[in-house]
Amino acid sequence: MTRVNYVEANGKVHAVEADAGMSAMEAAVKNAVPGIDGDCGGAAACATCHVYVDDAWIAKTGPAQDGLEKSMLEFAEDVRESSRLACQITLDERLDGLVLRLPEKQH
Amino acid sequence: MTALATALSAAEADSLPLDRIDVSRAELFERNIEGDYFRRLRREDPVHYCAESAYGPYWSITRYKDIMAVDTNHQVFSSEASLGGIIIEDGIQKSSNEGSIDLPNFIAMDPPRHDEQRKAVSPIVAPANLAKLEGVIRERICRTLDGLPVGETFDWVPAVSIELTTQMLATLFDFPFEERSKLTRWSDVATAEPGSGIVDSWEQRTSELMECAATFQGLWNERVKNPGMDLVSMLAHSPATRDMTPQNYLGNVLLLIVGGNDTTRNSMSGGVLALDRNPKEREKLYANPALIDSMVPEIIRWQTPLSHMRRTAIADAEVGGKTIRKGDKVVMWYISGNRDETAIDRPDDFIIDRERPRQHLSFGFGVHRCVGNRLAEMQLKILWEEIMKRFSRVEVMDEPVRVRSNFVRGYASMPVKLHAH
Ligand code: HEM
Ligand code: FES
Repeated sequence: MTRVNYVEANGKVHAVEADAGMSAMEAAVKNAVPGIDGDCGGAAACATCHVYVDDAWIAKTGPAQDGLEKSMLEFAEDVRESSRLACQITLDERLDGLVLRLPEKQH
Repeated sequence: MTALATALSAAEADSLPLDRIDVSRAELFERNIEGDYFRRLRREDPVHYCAESAYGPYWSITRYKDIMAVDTNHQVFSSEASLGGIIIEDGIQKSSNEGSIDLPNFIAMDPPRHDEQRKAVSPIVAPANLAKLEGVIRERICRTLDGLPVGETFDWVPAVSIELTTQMLATLFDFPFEERSKLTRWSDVATAEPGSGIVDSWEQRTSELMECAATFQGLWNERVKNPGMDLVSMLAHSPATRDMTPQNYLGNVLLLIVGGNDTTRNSMSGGVLALDRNPKEREKLYANPALIDSMVPEIIRWQTPLSHMRRTAIADAEVGGKTIRKGDKVVMWYISGNRDETAIDRPDDFIIDRERPRQHLSFGFGVHRCVGNRLAEMQLKILWEEIMKRFSRVEVMDEPVRVRSNFVRGYASMPVKLHAH
């Protein structure tokens, strides 16, 4: 089990428990966290799962990867250093307690 | 279609030798029997090579997951206009045609050029901006619906679908409202070839597009000085686009007009047909209007307003166990992927409360994913909210006439009758 906290732009927190191996997008969708749609099913191909990784966690998740993830983020709104596509973050023990912040509006 | 005609067309699709199957025949779409052919291909030869067609040899990609693999691999599968572009028919905007003009735009470009230009255009259809457009769009939709006859048969396509789509485009560009029908004309002309019934010669096409260019140049000049929230202002002020050549500017303007035109129009007609054919879903909707939110993406999946997008392989690649060679033409049949039973539950059925209604291919995926997708959805949502306030039913009175095209999947006419509450 990996615990993830999704924080809405208005501060509301959704604490979710996910099976290891799931992506942060799947965990959010499964638990109906608002604002993460995951239209492409996790292929880094729709950018409807944009999140900001909390400063304390970015070293562990790493930044957005070159290739499709970075390209798709180019077209998302209000992209920052800490922007990731949640479907490209695989949850494991090391990420237990992960904090992901949601953009104001996704799409 | 009668039961007999349906059975006959299914038999026809199943009896042909595989290597003779050519799903690019526009007639299949006009007769609404393309589904039988795609079902066979998905089952027997999901990545299918057709050696001879009106468009030369091409590959058909028919399964959801293979389409996704091609769509997300832009390093290998190129959209570049000079290689043939993005539809099965090689680009018509070829300067080799005498009297023709070249209109570059980013749907037919690969990264990095594509990315720069797309970034300049996407803010106009970003959520914050859409929210601002919503009021005007709703007001205009209400006015159109209020002018429709109740209890009489009329053609939904020109009266509503074309009219509202044209209005939306005019709103987007802040185009002089009274002259809005020009936008639809230019969209038709931009995608027409001589002899198609729309223009008679390349010269005529060029001269009408020059008029379009002059009009939009005028709007540009005006908005360089007095910018508004519209698309022309954005293009004129964004660092990525303000130094575009006039031809590139016109190319991008036309891309937005063409991209938003037939697609939105045919989802407006398609929704009416889908609900008419599925009375149980209509009952569900009227019992719970909140279902509009999941119905709208389902309409777009069910209709699939663009049957395909095309790419050209710029390296050898394997897809679904077959080897595609550098230079090959590759067609992603969204209409087939959206009916793929291994990816979508009961894919032939129209179901307005699907759990994940946005998991469909109609907008494509990857770097070219439709820039206008949320705008299209917003437009349909408002339309259905306002239809439901006014009418208990939009009844389709006869079989609609379908467009003869392997690209635009839609309707030339659809007779309907409105029922009051
Ligand atoms: C239901 C309605 C619509 C459908 C089904 C649709 C479908 C598509 C598809 C399949 C693509 C991908 C093209 C490719 O991969 O080569 C696309 C791209 C595009 N669409 Fe739409 N579209 C719709 C509405 C709109 C609207 C309303 C606009 C205008 C505001 C628009 C503007 C564009 C543009 C500019 C692109 C090019 C994006 C790029 O290449 O990066 N579309 N659309
Ligand atoms: S789910 Fe589509 S990009 Fe993450």
